[in-house]
Amino acid sequence: MSVPKPDLTTDLGFLRLRNPVLVASGTFGYGLEFAPFINLNKLGGIVVKGLYLHPRPGNPPPRLAESASGLINSIGLQGIGVKAFCEKILPQLEKTKTPLIVNVCGETDEEYAAVIDFLNTQEQIAAFELNISCPNVKKDGFCPALDTEATFSLVQLAKRSSRRPVITKLSPNVTDIVEIALAAEEAGSDAISLVNTFLALAVDVETRRPKLANVFGGLSGPAVKPLALRMVYQVAKAVKVPVIGMGGIMTGRDAVEFLIVGASAVEVGTANLVDPDATVRIIGEIEDYCRANKIKKVEEVIGTLQS
Amino acid sequence: MLRDPSAIISRKEKRDNYVLLGLRTPRIARQAQPGQFLMVKVNDQPYPLLRRPFSIHERGKDTVEILFTKAGTGTAILAEKNEGETLDILGPLGKGFTFKKSLKGRTVLLVGGGRGIAPLYFLAQELRVRRIRPIIFYGGRTSADLPILEKFHKQRFDLFVSTDDGSLGFKGLASALLQAELIRGRSRPAHIYACGPEPMMRAVAALADARGIPAQFSLESIMGCGIGACWGCVRRIRKGDQGEWAKICEEGPVFRGSEIVWEEEVS
Repeated sequence: MSVPKPDLTTDLGFLRLRNPVLVASGTFGYGLEFAPFINLNKLGGIVVKGLYLHPRPGNPPPRLAESASGLINSIGLQGIGVKAFCEKILPQLEKTKTPLIVNVCGETDEEYAAVIDFLNTQEQIAAFELNISCPNVKKDGFCPALDTEATFSLVQLAKRSSRRPVITKLSPNVTDIVEIALAAEEAGSDAISLVNTFLALAVDVETRRPKLANVFGGLSGPAVKPLALRMVYQVAKAVKVPVIGMGGIMTGRDAVEFLIVGASAVEVGTANLVDPDATVRIIGEIEDYCRANKIKKVEEVIGTLQS
Repeated sequence: MLRDPSAIISRKEKRDNYVLLGLRTPRIARQAQPGQFLMVKVNDQPYPLLRRPFSIHERGKDTVEILFTKAGTGTAILAEKNEGETLDILGPLGKGFTFKKSLKGRTVLLVGGGRGIAPLYFLAQELRVRRIRPIIFYGGRTSADLPILEKFHKQRFDLFVSTDDGSLGFKGLASALLQAELIRGRSRPAHIYACGPEPMMRAVAALADARGIPAQFSLESIMGCGIGACWGCVRRIRKGDQGEWAKICEEGPVFRGSEIVWEEEVS
């Protein structure tokens, strides 16, 4: 019974996390939505819903379609904008000790820079995650993360604007995700997070219409986990900066798989929608895994895939 | 907002694929308000992935009941559950029906179509407790589509019944029956509460609006989380002079008729 508590801390270089479990932007609201269900201080980090400079209406409904072990969404980044976030949300998160990461969005490179500029003065924010990969805001799913040059120039601009570390969140909807990751790293990104959702389509056979008003949406959930794992593995091997892995993590063992292929931390996404306390359960399950395998520090697991 | 494992204590199957499940869930039952809903995980598997939303149909001391139809994968699995099994539920969620104190002693109308009747039974019970007199307009496609008619009868609620095919009661939508009664002018309702198919609710909204009767509607949507986190279940709601996509799970599911932007009829 006297097995010592495993050390779950993990290092992103610029930020030491209590444990490797963060939440994925867009699945955790602005954080407060989950306060009735979990102690936010137990999380490794909170990545809040993507913010534009101004409030954003988002896409018309239907915005959700369920698929086998997956969820296709086309929310379209509806949100309150940076001003309301600073005035209404941040004060309510003041007592939360968990590092707060803001997911940054923009219609143009300049808007990304303006969002960062606006938020730079907020002491509560530990880092920015550049959302260059949302498939739901431009026609046919276009986003900067589909192109090495667009990625490089945007990350470079963000790095120049930012007084905080910058994490770049990549899209899986590319032929070679490694070259995009390398472009982000070369532009100065302090870490890489991946993957955002997979561009997808759901069809209603009765009406022969798309199930989503926006036609395409982004697929997440357990259905994408093997694809995400493969990409995290490829990227972690290629870049020197820390990698944050995500894609369909529902359990502690899922999270450990991402650590094994090279992620220094993970983001839990869709699982939050199903179980508001999924993150806390997953942290416990990672601890159980460490105990069962006599692992003293969870960091020992990172990048240990035997191949 | 609570997450409680809740034991199934009763299960009744009705015609037309309706199922009534009773759940022992003391904390959630105590907090529940009419019009609020539960998010139910139908199994421990990743498929179906999401919880399913159900309005609270009836509340007992330590219990709640849900009424649903076997409409898809999730509800088909749920329909196979037996007494003694435990369901993982979140609730009570959302903002339910409101009733001002000034309604005491007055008559209000409850209009339910198909499975939209579900939250109106709980509402009818609560109104009675508050000495507000509900008259129920209950519509279905056929007489089989009225699974809780007996329940209303037994509780001696004033009841008007309609069916699309005329197999029971008035032939036509519940909203058409409501219109006939409003024209006849026998009941002078102080408020209208409705839940059901979109065309029925839209018709009720128009009738209420034309007569200056305040009305509330419980809306339905596919939901991701039920707690306001995913922004997946939005509906056009008037805010100031502008419309906005509002989350049904958080700002609703009950909205005032004057707030709702009704979708144009697609013909």
